[in-house]
Formats: sequence, C-alpha cells, structure tokens
Amino acid sequence: AAGVGLADIRTGDSLVINGEIEIVTETAPPPFLEGVFSTIYSGWVFRTDETRAMEADDFDNPGMLYVEQGLEAFNTAMGTEGNSCATCHETPETLSTVRATYPQWDEEHGTVQTVEMQILECQTERMGVAEPYGYDSQEMRNMAALIASVGRGQTINVAIDGPAAETWALGEEIYYTAYGQMELSCAHCHERNYGNLIRADHLSQGQVNGFPTYRLKNANIVSVHNRFRGCIRDTRGEPYAIGSPEFVALELYVASRGNGLSVEGPAVRN
Amino acid sequence: MLLAATIGLAATSLQADVIAPGDVVMTEYGEVTESLTGVPGDPARGQAIMVDRGQGNCLACHQVTALDHEPWHGEVGPSLDGVATRWDEAALRGLLVNADTVFPDSIMPAFYKVSGFVRPGDGFTTRPAPADLQPMLAAQDIEDVVAFLMTLTDY
Ligand code: HEC
Ligand code: HEC
Ligand code: HEC
Repeated sequence: AAGVGLADIRTGDSLVINGEIEIVTETAPPPFLEGVFSTIYSGWVFRTDETRAMEADDFDNPGMLYVEQGLEAFNTAMGTEGNSCATCHETPETLSTVRATYPQWDEEHGTVQTVEMQILECQTERMGVAEPYGYDSQEMRNMAALIASVGRGQTINVAIDGPAAETWALGEEIYYTAYGQMELSCAHCHERNYGNLIRADHLSQGQVNGFPTYRLKNANIVSVHNRFRGCIRDTRGEPYAIGSPEFVALELYVASRGNGLSVEGPAVRN
Repeated sequence: MLLAATIGLAATSLQADVIAPGDVVMTEYGEVTESLTGVPGDPARGQAIMVDRGQGNCLACHQVTALDHEPWHGEVGPSLDGVATRWDEAALRGLLVNADTVFPDSIMPAFYKVSGFVRPGDGFTTRPAPADLQPMLAAQDIEDVVAFLMTLTDY
C-alpha cells in the first residue's frame, strides 16, 4: 500500500553545475524532521536523466535565459529616484546569501518576507517605482531567478525560531491540512508517497530549493507560490492567493524542510 | 403517449431511489450494503470511469493488470488485481463512498461525499466550490465501478 517507494529512483548521484558548483541533492534531514525522513532529497533526484542533465550546464538550462533578463533589469534604472538595483547592490553577487536564507523575518516591517516581497520593498520604498513588479509577473520571476542563480551551491538555512516561529507554525499547520474535495495534504503526497508514481509523475519530497524553477511543461520559470497553487488546485481545492500570508508561511515551512540542501534555482523540472 | 408517460414515471421513481451522499448508511466496518440506485452496475461503463482522468482517475494511484492497455498506472495505492477476492460488493461500495472508515486518514479520496471539506474548489478551476457541490462520482457511477471491481478476481 501507500509508502515510500524509492525502487525506481536512482539515488547517490551528484550534481555539479558547470563543472564547479557542487550541489547537495541528498542529505540528513533538519532536526525537526528526524523520524519523518532518514534523508531529504532535492526534486532533481526524482527526474529523468535528460532533465537532470539540463541542469548541470548553464548552456543547457533554459532557465538561465530568464536569469539574463533579470540581470539586464538589475542594471536598468527604474522609478523616480533614477536608481537601478545596481546603484545600491553593485552586482547580483553581493546578494548571494539571500536565496539560502529566505523567507526571513524583517524587523522593520514586523513580518516574514519572501525574496519577492523584499524586491517589492526596494522598488516601492527606495526607488519610487509607481508600478512595481506583480508578485508572480515575468519580471519578478526573472529577478528572483537572478538572485537564486548567484546563490547556487549555498546551503539552505532558513531560520525557524525567534520572531519567525509563529509564521513557521502556521506553515506547518497548512502543510498537514487536507485540502479540497480530494482531501489531500502536502504530506499525503510529498511525505508519505515520495518516490511513488502518481500517474506518470514520480512524486518528490516537494522541496523548494530549486525555485524559481524552469518547468518544461510551462516552457518558462515558475514561482514557488505558483507551484503551491497548482498542487492545491489538483486536490480540487481553492488555493490561497499567490503572495498571501498563508503561502508566505507555507513557503517558510517548506523551505525549512530543505535546510541542508543546496540552492539550485533555476532548477529544471518537468 | 402512454409509453412516454410510463417511461417518465419509471425515470421519476428511479430518481427517487437514489440515495443522496448525506443519506448513505455505512456499517461500522465501512460497508454500504444497499445499492445507491437500485440499478445493477454496468462493468464496461465502470471501467471507462476508472480510466477517465476527469472522473475516477483511479489509475493515478492504482495498478490494474486488466487495464494494461491504458498507459501510466500509479504506485500510491495497492494493485487492484484480485480485489474482488479480498472485498465483497458492500465493502467495495463503502471504500468508494468513503475509504476513511477502513483506512483512516487515507490518501484515497471519498468519491461520494459533498461536505466537510477544507477549501473545496469547483473542480480544477481554483474557484471556490458551488453551493450544490456534486460528489466526485454520481451514484450510478459508483455502482458501475463496483461492478467492474467485482470482475477483478485474478491476480
Ligand atoms: C536605494 C537603495 C536600493 C535600491 C535601488 C535597491 N535596494 Fe535592495 N536593499 C536596499 C537596502 C538598504 C536593503 C536592506 C534593507 C532590509 O534588509 O530590509 C536592501 C535589501 C535587498 C535584498 C535583501 C538582502 C539581504 O541580504 O537580506 C534584496 C534581495 C534586494 N535588496 C534586492 C533588490 C533589487 C532586486 C533591487 C532592484 C529592483 C533593489 N534591491 C534595489 C537598498 C536598495
Ligand atoms: C495529489 C498529490 C499532491 C499534493 C496533495 C501536493 N502535491 Fe506538490 N507535487 C505533486 C506532483 C505530482 C508534483 C510534480 C512531481 C514532484 O516534483 O513531486 C509536485 C511538485 C511539487 C513541488 C515542486 C518540487 C520541485 O522539485 O520542483 C513543490 C515545491 C510541491 N509540489 C509542494 C507541495 C505543497 C507545499 C503541497 C501542499 C500545499 C503539495 N505540493 C501538495 C503532487 C502533489
Ligand atoms: C490519490 C490516490 C488514490 C486514488 C485516486 C484512488 N485510490 Fe484507491 N486506494 C488508495 C490507497 C493509498 C489505498 C490503500 C489504503 C490506504 O493506504 O489508505 C487504496 C485502496 C483501495 C482499495 C482497497 C484495495 C485493497 O485491496 O485493499 C480499493 C478497492 C480501491 N482503492 C479502489 C479505488 C478506485 C475504484 C478508485 C477510483 C474510483 C480509487 N481507488 C482511487 C489510493 C487511491
């Protein structure tokens, strides 16, 4: 019956991007998941050889085209102050620790912020951008992909204690809630059935270390919240809104389930 | 005229015999002994419902050798080969109506249930469910799927 079936999955392979960035695709779980998982796996492990290979070289990774667009926007002035991101942050590389540590508590705003929220903050509060990027817009995904790409190889380490603890607990509650007419929780599929085929797809552990992710199905990069939305829709459920406090909390919680894996975005998935 | 009237009457009484999702009587072992419609199930139709991704979509989770001509059988649930030797008709009907009595917190959806959900949607649209949310399978669909499952006697 239901259970973890890693029979068809080849574990133990390593991913090295461009022959230099070493990616941890399987490792010991964070302390709060000991007893749930013996090993946590990147979604990369569950994909076909072809899909895996696309991620190993930037020339083969279609997600990198969006990173390039993000880089162009990074260096382009926007808003009434005449600043570009580069005015204050010089190069994207100065933001290389961001992806591994977000979502993160923001003292000034008294809330947990995702990378997208932080970008919006800089646009609206520091650049005078009248029409900031939509949370799930192409421009936002490009910028988020740029910020992920410069953090590749860093170990995911989001803080779940202190002021973030309450948000994290909400995320945990959402993770284990059975949604929709099919009454399925994230855990039903990604904790209790990873490795198993659901129709033609091998279920992964539903990690977010590869986001924004290039999805072959969409022929574009997709955001974390877009993926959450799709997974709840597939339960015949009504998803929370993209950018909602519920999805921010869920993102923090799910990201923390990957503490110990590497930043991979933009990853390649089907 | 007379014939039409008779058919109309038959259809009406047929409707009246359908047990609504809220009225299904389940035994403490999760069996539903009474047919939901009183109309014998059609195994051929049941097979089609099981395969259809918009209806039963049972193959998303189950392997069935008799349906090998269909691609992609899932591994989330057990193989249904020989299922009729493990469960009788009342038990199979009960599993489809709501498997939670037999398998608590099962990943298998309850196919004949219309309330008690968290954020139910209108199918796969992401919109909230309408007030008159229909069960995932209609009463006769359940009977037809049960009839097909009853043919699965071989391993
Ligand atoms: C006028 C200066 C300024 C501009 C222009 C600016 N930022 Fe920022 N940015 C800041 C400051 C100051 C912080 C730290 C504030 C905080 O942590 O809340 C920051 C923080 C960040 C962080 C989080 C860094 C961390 O280590 O937590 C990211 C990511 C970021 N900015 C991205 C961008 C992007 C992308 C743009 C362009 C769309 C941009 N910023 C434009 C000043 C700026
Ligand atoms: C009905 C089963 C099902 C449920 C319930 C479900 N998912 Fe998924 N999810 C999938 C499938 C199938 C995929 C694509 C294959 C894979 O990566 O696991 C997927 C992919 C993902 C991915 C992308 C993983 C990657 O490496 O790119 C994330 C993240 C994810 N799910 C998170 C969640 C969260 C959070 C929930 C609960 C809100 C959830 N899922 C509920 C089936 C499900
Ligand atoms: C999302 C996954 C899923 C779907 C869809 C699903 N099932 Fe199941 N089913 C299961 C699981 C898992 C079990 C085993 C019980 C458990 O662990 O909860 C099960 C058990 C069963 C059993 C009992 C099998 C045995 O031998 O013990 C039958 C019969 C069954 N399912 C029939 C169906 C039919 C018919 C459909 C479609 C109308 C269906 N299932 C759809 C997951 C699913």
